[in-house]
Amino acid sequence: MTGSLHIDWTRCDGRGLCTELLATLLTRDDWGYPISRRGDGIRGEVPIAPGHEEAAREAVILCPKLALTLRPPAKSS
Amino acid sequence: MNEAAWAVGRVSGFVALFLFTGSVLLGIASRSGRPVFGLPRFSVTLLHRNVALLGTVFLALHVGTLLLDPLARLNPIDLLVPFLGAFRPFWQGLGTVALDLVLAVVITAFLRHRIGQRAFKAAHWFTYVAWPVALAHAVGNGTNGTDKLFLVSAAASVAAVAGAVLWRLSPTFLETARARQSLAGEERPR
Amino acid sequence: MTTPSAALRNVHPVPPPAGAARLFLAGSRAGYSQHLQAYGSIDVGAVAPGFLDVVEASGLTGRGGAAFASWRKMAAAAQAGGRGLFSARPVVIANGAEGEPLSHKDAALLAHAPHVVLDGVLVAAAALQTSHAYIYVTAETMPSVQSALAERTDARHIRPVEADDTFISGEASAVVNKIQGGPSLPLDKLRRLSDAGLRGRPTLVLNVETLAHIGLLARFGVDWFRSVGTARDPGTRLVTVAGAGTDQVLEVPGDASLHGILRSSGIHPEELSAVLVGGYHGRWVRPLDYRLSPAGSPETLVRPGVGVIYVLSPDQCGLAVTAQITEYLAGQSARQCGPCMFGLRAMADVLNRLADGERDPRLVAELERLGRIVSGRGSCHHPDGTVRMVSSALETFSDDVREHLIGRCTRIQRGTR
Repeated sequence: MTGSLHIDWTRCDGRGLCTELLATLLTRDDWGYPISRRGDGIRGEVPIAPGHEEAAREAVILCPKLALTLRPPAKSS
Repeated sequence: MNEAAWAVGRVSGFVALFLFTGSVLLGIASRSGRPVFGLPRFSVTLLHRNVALLGTVFLALHVGTLLLDPLARLNPIDLLVPFLGAFRPFWQGLGTVALDLVLAVVITAFLRHRIGQRAFKAAHWFTYVAWPVALAHAVGNGTNGTDKLFLVSAAASVAAVAGAVLWRLSPTFLETARARQSLAGEERPR
Repeated sequence: MTTPSAALRNVHPVPPPAGAARLFLAGSRAGYSQHLQAYGSIDVGAVAPGFLDVVEASGLTGRGGAAFASWRKMAAAAQAGGRGLFSARPVVIANGAEGEPLSHKDAALLAHAPHVVLDGVLVAAAALQTSHAYIYVTAETMPSVQSALAERTDARHIRPVEADDTFISGEASAVVNKIQGGPSLPLDKLRRLSDAGLRGRPTLVLNVETLAHIGLLARFGVDWFRSVGTARDPGTRLVTVAGAGTDQVLEVPGDASLHGILRSSGIHPEELSAVLVGGYHGRWVRPLDYRLSPAGSPETLVRPGVGVIYVLSPDQCGLAVTAQITEYLAGQSARQCGPCMFGLRAMADVLNRLADGERDPRLVAELERLGRIVSGRGSCHHPDGTVRMVSSALETFSDDVREHLIGRCTRIQRGTR
């Protein structure tokens, strides 16, 4: 487990940069917003599969709305 | 040695301006939220950023070499306060204005995650002032600023940026949620 | 570890109320003296952090919708308050916004028994060792709350804040947002409110009814609290029964039967076709042999949510009503989160087409698909709750769906839609 990508939905505008960078994890929904391909990632916590950490970091930096945050692996919630 | 510094100072100024022109165009393209020229959106953003940073490096080279060059008679104070220069103070002052605006834009861009989107965007609007001022500085202050070749390329740059700005102002420019929503015929109360 | 009863050293000369009538014992529009007469006085100073054990032993769950264990919420805020270099004092917020259009139970409580709620606020604040407390209520109930605050000397520090009249104004982070000077819109939950809520302080947001139970619990103890209801759902709860000509607030025992609640509000099972339990984010059920409890199997129980029981009369089309409710909920989206802003609108449109008798069998699959992409993708539970309600409608009104898809509605001929 390598942590997750937290999406702040109140900021996300569906610009699509993260879905390009993390194309194997994310796709765009009917309205352009990022959605997990595997159907997980409830409440905007998208688990980052191993090997995608760098792209996830890049997505956080490049998100034009500053809507993304990297979260360390959750202990338990 | 002085000759070399003088040459580097002039050429780096032109290169910086050229790169900033490209960065402005790429910035407007990335703001549209669309892939441009077959490049994915994040590439447009990265290219915009990297071209701007390269332009800043050349800008530093331009200012640094001319600072060292006795011919240019540039004072460190001229980097901060415009219109005090010894040689064509008005046109050199425009260079100072552009330099300071570029620094503000670059520094706030680096601190975007810290200062937040609002402050970042506010500072980024400075580019629309910095770019024409820098161009005017090049035409008015540059040794070759009034050469035909330079004037032609300056005119081309103005046309390109003006075109991009017109696109920017057109109603179909943004591909954002709000735009998608107004396509769906909805009003967003704000 | 203190034993639960050891935390209670409150003198109560008044015998504890027997039966399921607990919250409104002081009578209609009770002032402070009637309140003291009915419940006796309470020594808030004697409430210590050990009171959290009492709340845990009582099994009290939140009455604002999510039915989360109240002691857990309190303990989270208490722990966050004690952590770190600068241990910030927690904040207690009594939430009486009650955005559900059909719900009146919090309004009734604040109008008739404001002092029971205020006692609860004082007790919760004492248990968290803080004096930062707010009471967040609608314009309608504000006068009653203000006069109750003015009537007693021990509640002067509880600051009343007016809630906006919107569906989501009572969402916990929207409450915090509004009190700290922002709009009453939900916030992103990167950090929990119990860790960093109002101006960064550990924040405890509890429904006013939950706090009322806490106030009585501090007086009369765990055994008394659990003497009504069942082990999985102890105590009492307020419900609003609405629809089919009825509109009333009742106090019912925990784990009560839906049938019994309807009967005691004067509704005969043959006078209705289905009920929506838990408010607009609730669940449509039919028939009525369910019990109202937050814990247990969904086969036999239905979660009380905000306590609204909406009765659908036989001449109403369940699909049409569901479409109207979804339409309303789509309009009440804070329009901050894209999937909610667009998705609820899209769901309402499909439901309207279904309700209007469009004969396209793909409509149901489309609703289910929209539900999957909307659910869980927002900063609050508004999209999830809406999706749950809609999918329960598809299940409960599956006959009506079939009829509509062949161009008939069994209800339309008889009147409304």
